[in-house]
Amino acid sequence: MSDNNLTRTPLHEEHIRLKGRMIPFDGFDMPVQYSGIIDEHLAVREKIGIFDISHMGQIEIKGPEAIPFADYLLTNQISDMKDDSIKYSPMCYPHGGQVDDLFVYKISNSFILLIVNASPNYSQKDEQWIKEHIGDFDIEVFNKSDEYGAAAVQGPLTEKLLNPFFQGEISLADLKRFKFVYGKMFGKDVLISRTGYTGEDGFEIYTLNAEDIVDIWRNSLQEGEKYGIKPCGLGARDTTRFEVCYWLYGNDIDETVNPLESGQGWTVKLNKEDFIGKDALLKVHQDGLKRKLTGLFVPQGGIPRHGMEILSDNKKIGYITSGNYCPTLKKVYAMAYLDIPFTEKGTKVNILIRDKNIEAEVVDMPFLAPFNKR
Amino acid sequence: MSNKVLEGLFYTKNDEWVKVEDDLGTIGISDYAQDQLGDIVYVEEIKKGTIVNQGDIITTVESVKAVAEVYSPISGEVIEANHTIIDEPSHINGDPYGKGWFAKIKMSKPEETKELMNASDYGDYRK
Repeated sequence: MSDNNLTRTPLHEEHIRLKGRMIPFDGFDMPVQYSGIIDEHLAVREKIGIFDISHMGQIEIKGPEAIPFADYLLTNQISDMKDDSIKYSPMCYPHGGQVDDLFVYKISNSFILLIVNASPNYSQKDEQWIKEHIGDFDIEVFNKSDEYGAAAVQGPLTEKLLNPFFQGEISLADLKRFKFVYGKMFGKDVLISRTGYTGEDGFEIYTLNAEDIVDIWRNSLQEGEKYGIKPCGLGARDTTRFEVCYWLYGNDIDETVNPLESGQGWTVKLNKEDFIGKDALLKVHQDGLKRKLTGLFVPQGGIPRHGMEILSDNKKIGYITSGNYCPTLKKVYAMAYLDIPFTEKGTKVNILIRDKNIEAEVVDMPFLAPFNKR
Repeated sequence: MSNKVLEGLFYTKNDEWVKVEDDLGTIGISDYAQDQLGDIVYVEEIKKGTIVNQGDIITTVESVKAVAEVYSPISGEVIEANHTIIDEPSHINGDPYGKGWFAKIKMSKPEETKELMNASDYGDYRK
């Protein structure tokens, strides 16, 4: 079933052909699963999974002051980035809450590419916010979200699969984590980065013509068959990122949450000259945190879902941002904002699941270490 | 989509099934229901001795992406609950009419099955 009011990515027909179960997500008609979320999740952890990420937005900042502008717009430090490198950064409101979280691709001193979340309508929220803050900066901003196609190929065997089919200045085997390179993949013009949001090694492939992503998708599936590749939907995208505790905008972070309490503090450079949100974040830093994102282990009693309340002695002390069954660990975990006195490892709290007090215990995050830290 | 519908069972509009043997009804959820839910990862325990009316919530199941309440297709007393689905909820996905059964209920109103669908009607309902 497909909803005609929803935007389709260039891979839409492929999803239908592969019997993907389609759901609305951020205004797009996207596959939530094909063979099953757990099956797809394990393919990513053990072999290879391929995700359609064409719904993600691409916003280009071009001009002589691209770097100072990005440094003003974002909390992370952009001025020290080398060409062809990538950084993760929150983009904050003046009050310290977040407009979005995104990846910064430094193409040159006069060209920054931002990979942003899809919502709504090809990342219009981000586009508007960025354009409103151009001010006197000598730059131009282009929302190119519908001109790029994109797929994430993730899992331990991904380099082996993709390397033979890539031609560029360096081989994919030599492409380091958080670096990107332009070249040809299966004969199509691409920008390819050694990044992902699953906690596994892998690559994200951006085609410079949106439709070219179809060839990348089909060839990856065909050539990857011998490695056990599986097409993966949003369900497995969520469970893989959740196990390694990567933030999902709209769940774990949003306009009400600042990046110091969410654990994104390493991306906030308070010694930068000026950036949107700096005053508010400085104050949070000086006053100390009142709550923070905390990991919870839930031995039994159900799956905690976004928004559920957390109690201690019947007093509300926080709420769940994400919770799920972790297919690799075969256990249920959750992330929650908890008042600081309850965030020490081993603390017992209660999650209110369908009017029942379900016991949970504070544990370290991430629940599963990313591949390079296992 | 072609989900399996087992002959000889009665079905509800909420996709539960009941298999009747004398005054004993074994209940579960249909292949369609498990397929819609996706990987089931949690089932709330059903307590032996619970008295249920037709249409009462008898348990809750959760998949990775969804929560669903399961309604009893018949009235009566739970005389046995399937504990293996508590430890292995995936049985409900793999074998919804067999290993994935939920409970056995001693029926107090056997005539209630007349209000339920037979396999062929249910097959049409979820075509």
